[in-house]
Amino acid sequence: MTLFLTLRIAARALLLNKTRSFLTMLGIIIGVGSVIAMAAIGAGAREQVRASFATMGANLLIITGGSSSRSGGRGGWGSQATVTWDDFKTIQTDVPSVRLAAPLLRSNGTLVADEQNWTTSVQGTTPDYFDLRSWALSSGTRFDAAEAAGGAKVVVLGQTVVGKLWGEGADPVGRSVRISNIPFEVIGVLAKLGQSPYGTDYDDCAMMPVTTFMAKIQGGSNALNGWVIVGASSSDGTGVAQRQLTSLLRDRHHLDADPTDPRPDDFQIRNLTEMASAEAEGTSTITNLLAAIAGVSMMVGGIGIMNIMLVSVSERTREIGLRLAVGATPANILWQFLVEALLLASVGGFVGIGLGVGAASRLAHAYGWPLLIDPDVVVGVVCFSAVVGVIFGLYPARHASQLDPIEALRSE
Amino acid sequence: MSTSEPNGLLVLEDVSRTYRVPGGDPTVQVHALRNVSLRIDAGEFVAIMGASGSGKSTLMNVLGCLDRPSGGRYWIDGTDVSSLNKAALAAVRNQTLGFVFQSFHLLARTSAVENVELPLIYGGVPARERRARATEALRRVGLGDRLDHHPNQMSGGQQQRVAIARAIVSNPRVILADEPTGNLDTTTSLGVMALLQELGRTGITVVLVTHEPDIAEYAGRVLIMRDGMVRSDLRQTQKLAEAPAPE
Ligand SMILES: Nc1ncnc2c1ncn2[C@@H]1O[C@H](COP(=O)(O)OP(=O)(O)O)[C@@H](O)[C@H]1O
Ligand SMILES: [Mg+2]
Repeated sequence: MTLFLTLRIAARALLLNKTRSFLTMLGIIIGVGSVIAMAAIGAGAREQVRASFATMGANLLIITGGSSSRSGGRGGWGSQATVTWDDFKTIQTDVPSVRLAAPLLRSNGTLVADEQNWTTSVQGTTPDYFDLRSWALSSGTRFDAAEAAGGAKVVVLGQTVVGKLWGEGADPVGRSVRISNIPFEVIGVLAKLGQSPYGTDYDDCAMMPVTTFMAKIQGGSNALNGWVIVGASSSDGTGVAQRQLTSLLRDRHHLDADPTDPRPDDFQIRNLTEMASAEAEGTSTITNLLAAIAGVSMMVGGIGIMNIMLVSVSERTREIGLRLAVGATPANILWQFLVEALLLASVGGFVGIGLGVGAASRLAHAYGWPLLIDPDVVVGVVCFSAVVGVIFGLYPARHASQLDPIEALRSE
Repeated sequence: MSTSEPNGLLVLEDVSRTYRVPGGDPTVQVHALRNVSLRIDAGEFVAIMGASGSGKSTLMNVLGCLDRPSGGRYWIDGTDVSSLNKAALAAVRNQTLGFVFQSFHLLARTSAVENVELPLIYGGVPARERRARATEALRRVGLGDRLDHHPNQMSGGQQQRVAIARAIVSNPRVILADEPTGNLDTTTSLGVMALLQELGRTGITVVLVTHEPDIAEYAGRVLIMRDGMVRSDLRQTQKLAEAPAPE
């Protein structure tokens, strides 16, 4: 008897009881659907984390002033200006593993243009900052080194600010905007950036030369109230750069460069690459856990199949008896029921894939994630559901094939 | 008695079948068949009669290779089937034997022609030939116009005709029918007997169980059983069943 014929007989038996077959498959459908959705959501979330760290810039270290103590309680980022302008200059010139470095001073300020005003993060920096973060401009230019050093009253705006002041998609290059009542010329608009991994809107900012920031916003102080962003010369160089920067700063701050000095650093160096991978790690742990739970629900679905197959065997005992009487071998009967279970599990698997992909794409759409469906996961899940079908179908099928034809024919 | 290859299509030698009483004393046994020796030749039309519980069905089950004797030997057309395994017995049932049951045993929600095809499926007959042979078998039992009817759309007599078509579709040597008219009224029973006699005339061996003497009259040989033994074995002139007007 051919496999095709066995398949047809099994499919027929399942179609005779459509509702029951569907309900039997439901466990597998839900199990497979959630495995697929979980895997896709996990991959999407990881990709999202990776992409948003990528917008922060590659191979970056962030140095902030602020003391920390071993007994807990770190100061917030930049809470104390312990990293000075001279420290920054030295970092730029004296650390071999540093490719670029830029200061980032920040303050909140209100921008006024025509009738509109908008309070945003006003930031002072050098042109290198744009390179460090690989930020491009959608129109105009960024300020050059001369402007940065000379205190030019020019500003580069983020998309959100442009939208609030002049409306979405406007091009304000050449226009004037007042920041803290001082007129600035808009010389550039940043290309849209999106959100940071922590939900900050990168597009809600106004960037000006660091010297201008110190003179006009910070009231003449040249304290580094903010960050120093450092780009390591290579991706595996972030660790080296971190060590070199630590010992340089400890030395300059008269803390012994020797790590056995009990006095803590009065600055913090954060490694964005490490933070990104830690974040991604956390995301995968959670999704792996959820996928494992979904896998368990597939097993439960398998038990549901076994249950219904046993009911079906006992309901169809007379049919089995008749098939045996007209010449079916026990192997024929075994295969018939095994293929039924296999069909239930794999059709359930395919429906589950459809459902899972559907759910994943809706979620991806809702959260603005990329839709990432790993074909390996799909193939793996289909195979797994088939295996579940075989394993849980085997017992009822064996039971059916070992029935005694006379007793089977006589049963009610 | 000879232990070499015996003549005769169905040959039983000293066959017994004992059952344990379910849930009862394991040493107490029910002797459903006691040392039955019997020879049925090709082309015979045999009726088995006897009181309820005398062992008729047990004998039919042994003859039909649905059951194995507890003792003795059984040959079909010279082949000792007492020693065959389940798969080989299934092949014998498929190729050599055809069954007709008192309660028809048709698959529900399955058309007549598909019911008749069933033995051919297990015989490995290709789809097109299956359909052709099943259609021909239904035509032979007078149901050529009911191919697509389901059992619940047919009368008892028609259902039993479908069952007979299923029994003959694989061209078996023997038809075994355990009370085939037990669920049918007299006129319909007569139709079924006429059909079986007609098949008998084409050379098929027919063995049927009945408790109705009127039905047994249509057989050429009547066995009467009591307490698991064949008490009488008489040959008689077969009365001819007139096929009644089609239902
Ligand atoms: N599966 C079984 N288990 C125990 N006893 C059985 C079984 N089948 C039949 N018997 C017994 O064997 C004897 C013959 O039964 P059976 O062949 O069915 O009789 P008949 O068909 O002539 O009415 C009866 O006493 C019956 O109770
Ligand atoms: Mg009986």
